[in-house]
Order: sequence, then structure tokens, then C-alpha cells
Amino acid sequence: MKVLLSGNEAIARGAYEAGIQIAAGYPGTPSSEILENITQYKEIYSEWSVNEKVAMDMAAGAAYSGRRAMVTTKQVGVNVLSDSLFYTVYTGLEAGLVVVTADDPGMFSSQNEQDNRHYAKLGKFPLLEPADSQECKDFVIQGIAISEKFDVPVMVRTTMRTSHSKSVVILGERPPEKGGVGPFPRNMEKYNCMCLYAKKRHPVVEQRLLNLAKFAETFSWNRIEWGDRKLGIISCGVVLEYAKEVFPQASFLKLGMTYPLPENLIREFARGVERILVIEELDPFLEEQIKAMGIAVVGKEFFPPCDELLPQTIRRIAAEKGLIPETGKKTGVSSPASLPNRSPVLCPGCPHRTSFYLLNKMKLPVAGDIGCYNLGTLPPFSAQHTMGSMGASIGVLHGMGKSGPPEHPVCTIGDSTFFHAGIPPLLNMVHNKGIGTVIILDNRTTAMTGHQDHPGIDKTLLGEPTKRVDIYGLVKAMGVEKVLQVNAFDVGAMEKALKECTTFKGTSVLIAEGECVFVAPTHARAAYEVDVDLCTACGLCAKLGCPAIVKAEAVHPKNKRNKSGINPVLCNGCEVCAQVCPTGAIRKIAENPGQQG
Amino acid sequence: MKRDLRFLISGVGGQGTVLASDILSDVGISSGYDVKKSDILGLAVRGGAVVSHVRWAEKVHAPVLEEGSADYLVGFEWVETLRRVSYVGSDGTILVNDCRMDPISVSSGEAEYPNREEILAILKKAAKNVIVIPGLQTALDLKEARVLNIVMMGALSGLLKSEEFLWEEVIQRRVPQKYLDLNRKAYRRGRALVS
Repeated sequence: MKVLLSGNEAIARGAYEAGIQIAAGYPGTPSSEILENITQYKEIYSEWSVNEKVAMDMAAGAAYSGRRAMVTTKQVGVNVLSDSLFYTVYTGLEAGLVVVTADDPGMFSSQNEQDNRHYAKLGKFPLLEPADSQECKDFVIQGIAISEKFDVPVMVRTTMRTSHSKSVVILGERPPEKGGVGPFPRNMEKYNCMCLYAKKRHPVVEQRLLNLAKFAETFSWNRIEWGDRKLGIISCGVVLEYAKEVFPQASFLKLGMTYPLPENLIREFARGVERILVIEELDPFLEEQIKAMGIAVVGKEFFPPCDELLPQTIRRIAAEKGLIPETGKKTGVSSPASLPNRSPVLCPGCPHRTSFYLLNKMKLPVAGDIGCYNLGTLPPFSAQHTMGSMGASIGVLHGMGKSGPPEHPVCTIGDSTFFHAGIPPLLNMVHNKGIGTVIILDNRTTAMTGHQDHPGIDKTLLGEPTKRVDIYGLVKAMGVEKVLQVNAFDVGAMEKALKECTTFKGTSVLIAEGECVFVAPTHARAAYEVDVDLCTACGLCAKLGCPAIVKAEAVHPKNKRNKSGINPVLCNGCEVCAQVCPTGAIRKIAENPGQQG
Repeated sequence: MKRDLRFLISGVGGQGTVLASDILSDVGISSGYDVKKSDILGLAVRGGAVVSHVRWAEKVHAPVLEEGSADYLVGFEWVETLRRVSYVGSDGTILVNDCRMDPISVSSGEAEYPNREEILAILKKAAKNVIVIPGLQTALDLKEARVLNIVMMGALSGLLKSEEFLWEEVIQRRVPQKYLDLNRKAYRRGRALVS
């Protein structure tokens, strides 16, 4: 059967067809849909783990136990799980283990543009790079086969474009279910990386790489497609598909397995063509290895190491370098440079709005973190002054506090991010007598990546009821003396609590509680409207950065500014603007009794 | 040999462009094409500018379009149509929903929203055919702004002159059963807008 699947949906399908039984990960764009799609296959146990490292350890434990396992993460999540991934390369496994990394060239939703292919070389494990959804599925199946044949974890690396593009996939079947597992292996020389044992494993790792390089020569997705012998192109992933459109006549060496490389195949290709281009996105990962073989190729001299490498970029460069004739392509008209930008914004009714409005008003220095609330960085709030990695805000706050600043430092961190990597740095602050205020923006979900569960939610990924961890109790148990819990939609209470925390000479935590509009039943709330007669066009409500607040046509006679209006379709009645309005001009739209019931 | 058809759908996060492009892709498959499509997901869906690429052909390699190559640029909003105008080919068609949504940069007074006539003039310079339709109004007439995406696909299906039953079949598969009638109406009214 043929179906149209995204790369991520195809990876989930691949897990099913590969007989994977346990899958874990932490949400992160562009990888999040993989686990969400895996839940449709009842044969697979799946979970959102608290962070990527925990997911990796969990999958290792499953694979040691004899269960085929998979881990999913976005590219920066591999930084978090690498410590654990690297020990599994030394230990090997009892059943197949695949780690999927979804990289983000173009940084559509990431803090950096790192090329995770380097991890394969550093960690000494095989790497597969699918070019479309069919290969996304096939490479999970191949990944499990390679993992079991060579006793090694396998990395499958997609990019945003392969993960979020859809193409046709031919579906297959799942192998017959394996029954229960036997007793856990007591093979300490293999599974315990104590230095004595690990030292003996290192030569095994090196020999295995040599064996994998031999295997790469025969791997069907490493292949030469001969065309015109004047130009040969070596490429991988979706970029290879782009190159085929720009150079339809050229010879191609397609690499589906990009570490370790098939040296003989590359030499054969090099002998068969006059000139070789290596076209790859981001770093010269293939190029450097091929050059080290003593083969002359051109790569990053032509193609940039930054940003997505799109077909039009390849075509433009190819034409500039005289590789293709200047195309007589119809040229488009460009959009004017003055076009108003449309950055993402906090949704109408978002519980984070109050915090950033107040932080902007109080002009406090704020260490930020990763989530929707990073939108508090942008105008009109401009109230997150740093952001680097998951959970970094609390450690950065501690460093700010210990530097003896003239102002009281604050940090913002979401509930899911707090569970992910915020607990150890908060413990550190308590122990080392830190000074600063941690605002935990508890919206009861992992919002930015699509509303996944976490330990503060009473339901698991599989929809089973579970115990909800109480953040207040947890923070108290960690020894934080001043902990306040406030309704995030109550501007007055939030302001009072923030003042109390920021005058406390020690570590304080303010838990701003308010559900994300996507998880709370807000549709029942009536919209608000502006009384044009009362509005003085002071502009205070516009400082809330709410998409529902618009400029009205009416102009105030004195200050000549447009008065405010509210788009009733977008407004969901959170009431924050009504609390901020100094003249009481914003009020609930009178309910029409006819609409009741 | 099937004709190579390239579509770009542009709009504001929340307008339903992803579902529209899914439907368009499924119709391509049902019509016997090879299809690839590409969406931007993640943070951008929070009211940001969003775009979907869809290609139908005998064999598709790249899931993204090159600039100057779109046969159809389907814009759900004025500025978002203008933002992607470089993608349309000079003999292509621009289908635009007569709808203005002010981004925060405009409502906060930082930037000016270009006027409708200015936008239209540039669109007309870019492509041979520019068709403006009251998509949002059509959806609001059905008392559900959220079916705008289906109205837009109805109009596109009219321009493509493709079989109605193929579209209706795909819509039936893609929308919740509860809202099927509403969506079918939205599709038909959208199609009627261009015929």
C-alpha cells in the first residue's frame, strides 16, 4: 500500500516495521511528531522521558534487556544524551538500538545550526541519512539490522526538511512479535564500563568500525548512478534530490550511510568522472573525509556552510561557477523590503503574557530559557536578556547573583524545561546560597513543541493516568525558603508577588500558574470589547503584545493617537488587558441570553 | 507523461494552511501523480508567517519550490501573499484571499501595512493571472472562520478544473466526520467563487 507520509511519520512507521518495542524521547522541533505517531502502534511502548539523556539511558536498559529500542530527539538534544550514547557504543546491546536526530539547518526552531554527523565520528558508531520519507522508514529498519549485526547503536539523521516533508511511502509488515525477555544479562565485562573492562572494549570498538566500513561498500543505499562522466556529484540526504534537479545529466554517488564511508566505492566513482563536487548541507563532513583519502573534490569552496542549502541556492552557485548554463528561467518579482514582519507571538489568552508585561515594566535583568515564553524576548516585552540551552536560565541566574549586580536578577523557565534540566541548578542555588528569583511559568504542558506531557501532567504519552508531580512541593523539598504560587492571569497579585520575591535576599521561586490556551477549555470564556468613549488611546494595552488587540479607527481628539479595539474572533477572554486598562474601558461583551444552552 | 505542477500556499499560523496543503497533496496522489510537499512547523505556527510547498509530477525530487517556479501561489492573506511573490512564475496564477491580518509589528505602530491596491499592483506585475476572492467572507457566511482553508482549496480546484469528486473524497478523509457537511459546503462555495 502506498501512502503520503512525512519523514517523521515514516520513521514511526519504520519503528513499527522494524519490530521496535520501546521508544523514548523528549519533544523538540523538528523531531516531535515521531513519538506522537508511534502511539498509534499498540505493539510499541512509548514515553516522553523527562529529558534526552534519561530517554537514552532508558532505551539502553531496554536494549540490554533484549528489546529493540529507539530514541528520538532534535539536534541539540544529542548534546544532552551524548554522554549516555557514547557508553552504549562501548557496551553494545542485546537487541537493536536506533537513535534518531532531527537536525535543523536554517534554524527554524533552534538555538544553533550544529551538524550532528560529527557525533558519529566522535562516538564511533554508524550513521544513516535518509533523503525522503521512504528512506526514513527503510533506514530505521536497516538501522536495527545493522545495530544487531554489529552490536552497536545506529544514528539516523534527518533534517527539518526530511522530517517535515511528505512523500510517497510503500508500507510493509511488522515481523512476528517476540515474546517475553529472559533474565537480565550479568555480563559485566560488556555492560559495565568500569575502566578495567572498558579498556578491553575500546579495541572492539575500533575493529567494529573497520568491519562497518567494509559493510558500507555493499550497503544498497550507497550507490553510483552513472550519467555524464564530465561531472560527478557526491551527496546525501534531501540535498541529493535537489542536486538531481539542478544537474539532471551528471553522474551521482549517493551515500545513504555517511559514516563510516565506503572508500573503495568512492575511489571507483572518482576514477570514473573528470571532476567531483561534494554537495552537502552545513559542515564539510563528507568532503574532509574524502579529501583525506587523497581524492580531489570541490565542496565548501562553492557551497556555504550556513543555512539550509536550497535547490535555488545550488542552481545559482552552479550557474555562477559555470557548471550549468545560465538558465533562461522566468524570474519572479521580489516582495518589497519594507514588508511588515510577522514574527510568532504569544497567543491571545497566553498565561505568560502577565509575567513579561511586568518584567518589562519593572525593568529587571532576566535570564531566559527555551519554550514559547522565549517570545518574551521580542517587542513589546523585550524582557528575556539571555537564552542558550534547556535549563540554562537558573545556572545563569546564579552566576548573575554571585557577580554582585546592582539590580536583583530574575530568570524565566517553563514547567517542562524545569523538569528537563532546571532541578539540579536550583538545588545548586540553594546549596551555594544563591541570590535571585526563578519564575516558573507553569502552563501545564510542553507548549511550543505541540503540547506533550511531562511529570507535572496527570497523563502519560499513551494516555494512561499517572501521578502529577507538584512543583510547589518539589521546590519546597529542595530547600527553597521563599516560594510563592500565583494565578498568572491576576496582574495585581503577580506584581505583588514579583516585588516580594525580588526584594528577598536569597533564592526565591515564583510559580506563575495558568494553563496554556491549547489545553484549557477557554472557548467558553466570553470575548472582551473596548468602550471607545472611555479609551484614552494611552497604548498600555498594546504593551501586552496580544494579537487580539488592534488599532481602532477612532482617534483620540487630544493625543491624536488611534484608540484600541479588540478582535472578538481572536480574543478568548483572559481579562489581562481589562486589568491593565487605567480607565476601565475594556469590558466583557454582554452575553446574549439567546446563545445560552 | 504528467505535467509538472508546483503550488505554494502562504498564510498566517492558525489559518489552516497545513491541512489545505495536505488535501492538495492527497488529490495529487489520487490523480495519479508522484507528490512531495513541505511545511514549516514548530514555533512559527503561533501566529507567524507560514508557507507550504506542494509539487505534483511524474517523478518529484525536491519537496521545495525554487523562486520563480510556482504555477499557483495561493495566498490566505494580503501581506503573506506579497511576502512569497518571488516564488510565482510569470505565467503562473496568484489566488489571493481578500483578507488583512495586522501583525503585531503593525498594531504596535512599528511598521505600516501596505495598502491593498499597492499589493495588488505588485502581484499583477509578477503573474499573468491574479484572482482575488472573498474567501474569509465565504467562510464567515457559513459561520465558521476555520473553514477558510477549505474555501481556498475549493477555489483552487475550480482553477485546476480537476474532478470535484476527487477533492470531496479527500476532504471526507481529512476532516472530522462531525464537520463534514460544513466542509463540503465550504468546498463547493469556494469552487463557485471562480467559476
